[in-house]
Amino acid sequence: MAYDWHRPLEGKSFTFTVLTLLAVSVGGLALLVPPYFLQGTIEPVDGIRPYTALEIEGRDVYIREGCNNCHSQQVRPFKTETDRYGPYSLAGESVYDRPFLWGSRRTGPDLHRVGGKYPDSWHWLHFENPRNIEPRSNMPAYAFLAGRELDLSLASRKLEVLRGLGHPYPDEAVAGAVDDASAQMEGIAESLRRDGIQLSEEAARSETLALIAYLQVLGTAVQAPAVQPVARGGL
Amino acid sequence: MSEATRTTYDMDVVRGFAISSLVWGAVGMLVGLVIALQLAFPELNWGAFQFGRLRPIHTNAVIFGFTLGVVFAGSYYGVQRLCRVRMYSDTLSRINLWGWNAIIVVAAVSLLLGATSSKEYAELEWPLDIAIAVVWVAYAINFFGTVATRREKGMYAAIWFWIATILTIAMLHIMNSLAVPVSLWKSYSVYAGVHDANIQWWYGHNAVGFLLTTPILGLMYYFLPKQAERPIYSHRLSILHFWSLVFIYIWAGPHHLIYSPLPDWAQTLGMVFSIMLILPSWGGMLNGLLTLRGAWHKLRTDPLLKMFVVGLTFYGMSTFEGPMMSIKTVNSLSHFTDWTIAHVHAGALGWVGLTCFAVLYYLIPRLWHTRLYSVQLAEVHFWIATVGLVVYVTAMWTAGITQGLMWRAVNPDGSLQYTFIESVAAIQIYDVIRAVGGAIYLAGVFVMAYNVWRTIARGSAAIPASPPLEGAVPVAGGR
Repeated sequence: MAYDWHRPLEGKSFTFTVLTLLAVSVGGLALLVPPYFLQGTIEPVDGIRPYTALEIEGRDVYIREGCNNCHSQQVRPFKTETDRYGPYSLAGESVYDRPFLWGSRRTGPDLHRVGGKYPDSWHWLHFENPRNIEPRSNMPAYAFLAGRELDLSLASRKLEVLRGLGHPYPDEAVAGAVDDASAQMEGIAESLRRDGIQLSEEAARSETLALIAYLQVLGTAVQAPAVQPVARGGL
Repeated sequence: MSEATRTTYDMDVVRGFAISSLVWGAVGMLVGLVIALQLAFPELNWGAFQFGRLRPIHTNAVIFGFTLGVVFAGSYYGVQRLCRVRMYSDTLSRINLWGWNAIIVVAAVSLLLGATSSKEYAELEWPLDIAIAVVWVAYAINFFGTVATRREKGMYAAIWFWIATILTIAMLHIMNSLAVPVSLWKSYSVYAGVHDANIQWWYGHNAVGFLLTTPILGLMYYFLPKQAERPIYSHRLSILHFWSLVFIYIWAGPHHLIYSPLPDWAQTLGMVFSIMLILPSWGGMLNGLLTLRGAWHKLRTDPLLKMFVVGLTFYGMSTFEGPMMSIKTVNSLSHFTDWTIAHVHAGALGWVGLTCFAVLYYLIPRLWHTRLYSVQLAEVHFWIATVGLVVYVTAMWTAGITQGLMWRAVNPDGSLQYTFIESVAAIQIYDVIRAVGGAIYLAGVFVMAYNVWRTIARGSAAIPASPPLEGAVPVAGGR
């Protein structure tokens, strides 16, 4: 009988287990380790900076509400994608993304290049009820975020943890995280009022403003016009 | 087999997981139906009770509560019989049963409150990640201890697949969950950007491989020959497809990141290994289906065998579809669309769901020492489930291809033909049909729950005075 050689192995549970572990380790090592050492895995991007304290808070609201379940942040290198969204995503743009938020499903549109695309007031009205702006939208309303005061008690701690992981925050940014976040929030509140949004004192300190701050910085490190697509797949 | 030792197996842990899996299955699929309806009718989102927070509850409940519950139940049942020895430690079995179910409860609550890492199928925050690792190690010690103290010379194929599951999931879970805590319910990944994506989809893809494939194959290898009363078709095929499956599967993760900023060589490796994966996958399917040689007539009257066979057929179908979707050209159309949702549910509702149902129908009467309350109702469940999943999958295929084509459609002058919102509006009808398909499938689960409840009600967990010697027939031995 061919395969009789395998019978003894079936009687040796320890050896069998070790061999299985080896079999499942090879592929993982081959895929996970080299990217840390190979040149060119991450192309440097000029103008990329770590998120501000408020943007981090907004990003954490984005994560908490599971926005990544419906929105990708990864523009593919096809002409139809760069025409629709903007320049395709580069590895160097997500070096400060912990976790990455590229997503896997576009129930809504890609958001990697949404920064600066619409005024703050557009986002405010859209979060209040997306059907204010697009009657056919199936996005949930996030009006409840406007009633939740942004909790900044962990703002400093967050930057400290991220600095520990290699994000270059100066001491002043960590120590002054709450003040910085408040100041940036005031700027957004001002722009909303300028556009005629009636903003209560409470709403002006709400999580919605942090979320807007995050969305408005997304993908703005790359400002170049759409790069020539390299792949033919999506044409 | 000369020493006729009377072993009392620990069936309490099997009974516990059999019931908890059914409960989590019903809860998880109910949440699935709710979020399907939310996609079709956005008014059904209510404050924080919205799709983004509920979707991970659906996936976690059906994967970790339902599927793994059945895997625990089936592997505890199978490994004791295949080794002819009681579980290594009753204490570890209790820790596994109660610890795991406590984790699922806390997981559901914490996800609803917004504590999430955002990493798909690994959303739970760090305290739960540690708890999962601890309970998993308890399961591992218990399982390996049982195998090490076995009174049977060889390990049957089902055990190989469970060994691969235990090892690989431990490795994937720990590596992907590494994070620095900010507070009790918030942490940041130790990996950033492209590295985080790479690790996450190494995990995510192999969670499919080693939570939804290998342990289910282990169940198939044990319970299908039992139910069919035939030995597994080919021992040689078991060997071939086991080693090739566990070696190849782990390479295929980057097919989730095609045309992303991940290095091109990694994407290509992921694609090539995904295509190679067809062979071991079909090896498993064929070994299962051919086990029924000479027993196909049993399908006419046996709903459990029907479930196994249709489950295996969907396994074959989705393991052909998956490699196809990993081809870059196809992926450029399918990625980010509902085609992915169709693909995963063909595997989850077809292969995993039907196989798990069959295993539960096999286990419940034996665990409570009685006969199934109604074979007819199980037959009804089979048909309801099959119709529901076909409706679900075809709706999502149509939606996915529609989206993919609309996103890339251009006018003669090269400009985009459709706005994004037009692609949203175009698939709304399929979202409704999908919810109908899901509701049908869920109805089948309720039929099953009723059948199980009536079965348990007339049975007894205590072993009857004259125990029917069960589990003494070796299922191995196919050549």
